[in-house]
Amino acid sequence: MMRAHRVAAVVLRQIYLLRGSPVRLLPMVAWVAIDIVLWGFISRYLNTVAGRTFNFVPALLGAVLLWDFLGRVMQGVTTAFFEDVWSRNFLNMFATPLRISEYLSGLVITGVTTSLFGLAAMLTLATTAFGLSFLPYGAAMVPFVLVLFLSGIALGILGCAIVLRFGPASEWLIWPIPSLISPFVGVFYPLSTLPRWMQAIGHLLAPSYVFEGMRAVMAGKGAPVAQLALGVGLAVSYLVAACAVFASVYRYSIRTGLIARYSAENVS
Amino acid sequence: MMVAEPSEGVLSVRGLRRRFGDLAAVDGVSFDVHPREIVGLVGPNGAGKTTIINMILGVLEPTAGTVRIAGFDLQRARSTALACTNFAAAHAPLPGNVTVEQNLRVFGLIYGVKDLSARIEALLDDFDLRGHRRTKCGVLSSGEQTRVTLAKAMLNRPRLLLLDEPTASIDPATAREIRRRIAAFAASDGGGVLWTSHNMYEVAEVCDRVLFLSHGRILLEGEPGALIREHSAATLEDLFVSIANEPLAAEGAAP
Repeated sequence: MMRAHRVAAVVLRQIYLLRGSPVRLLPMVAWVAIDIVLWGFISRYLNTVAGRTFNFVPALLGAVLLWDFLGRVMQGVTTAFFEDVWSRNFLNMFATPLRISEYLSGLVITGVTTSLFGLAAMLTLATTAFGLSFLPYGAAMVPFVLVLFLSGIALGILGCAIVLRFGPASEWLIWPIPSLISPFVGVFYPLSTLPRWMQAIGHLLAPSYVFEGMRAVMAGKGAPVAQLALGVGLAVSYLVAACAVFASVYRYSIRTGLIARYSAENVS
Repeated sequence: MMVAEPSEGVLSVRGLRRRFGDLAAVDGVSFDVHPREIVGLVGPNGAGKTTIINMILGVLEPTAGTVRIAGFDLQRARSTALACTNFAAAHAPLPGNVTVEQNLRVFGLIYGVKDLSARIEALLDDFDLRGHRRTKCGVLSSGEQTRVTLAKAMLNRPRLLLLDEPTASIDPATAREIRRRIAAFAASDGGGVLWTSHNMYEVAEVCDRVLFLSHGRILLEGEPGALIREHSAATLEDLFVSIANEPLAAEGAAP
């Protein structure tokens, strides 16, 4: 049975780290803010080129904001995990009554909370400086955000599992994951633009349904409820699968002794 | 929920084995640690001491054998068993990027320590850490970091305290003070202690019983003074050296 005080301990450690170092707070808003500024001006420029035929602000800037949000959720979870990697804290943490479900819950709560700071910064900048509005999406924003939340958490937990299995040096494999996925989910273009094999992959990725849905709403077709439901279902299944992968890697690490000698970067 | 049998030790290890490929790092080790007892686990480098500690801490799965902590089977009731123990190891300092008090609070929450603030205050006094409570652990001296790790290990008043070379790399005066505190813990809180060390004078001074480990097997077991007499050694260190130099003595290993 999960104990709230143990989950709270994992979150509290992250709060102490954030409170003790402004350097950790800055990246939560700085990189996403730069993205919004960059894509805000690109969207504005494209609007002047295209005239009134198409509004690039919701199509590009809105897409960037939502995609960055997924990336922030993922990084929030992985960064919280990396804090234990960087401080060689695995032995201290895992030789305690702490259960894996409690540990992951603590990481997820931390990741979701920190990503909300980034989301707030992006929304503030995008709406005030570039006039982006999510009001036209109405209630569809709920499944949009839910799918991105769940997908970001799943990717984050998967990233933690990869680093736990392959050692601290595998950290560099984790950061580019959102960039690797973005061509397949059609952040800036409809999936129909892609070749068939990429479309097939795209249809398996939950965030694809968010961006397809976003474009459908912009085109005045309304939110595709069945497609969004499929996206939510896929995202939930990713999350369950990611937790199972992490638990499996953790059991492997106990079986082989990887956790006890983790700092040696042994991938046995 | 399983309940500990009254007669059972705080630690009961039976037939513990661990292989790494062809190497038998731990080869059928059985022993107990009882309440208020300090047991020394000694042996040359690579004898299997840390491997045993890691298996008792649940971070390394045994190839065979069982570990019971306060009556709870580690394999079947991992979280409950580990809630009854705690540890301090020279190779596992607490995270250096948070303060002494913050580390104690985080681990106190993990162990579900009642009245945590009061417990932290008491440990800050016990381990002379009050002046460092807001200092990040990473900037403390080795001796101070050891005291913080020991304070963490005492947070939940563990029924089993595991110490892996707790006095390594600290000065004799601090080491003596640490030995005094651990002995006081066993006497007053009633916990059992399993202690690995390469310092035989320390082991002879503190431990009620010693397990000599070599090539993953227990070669000798007994009260330090009695072992010295039985083997006609001048000191425990002499006995240690003679055993470490005679690996074939494994033929007569204790069960």
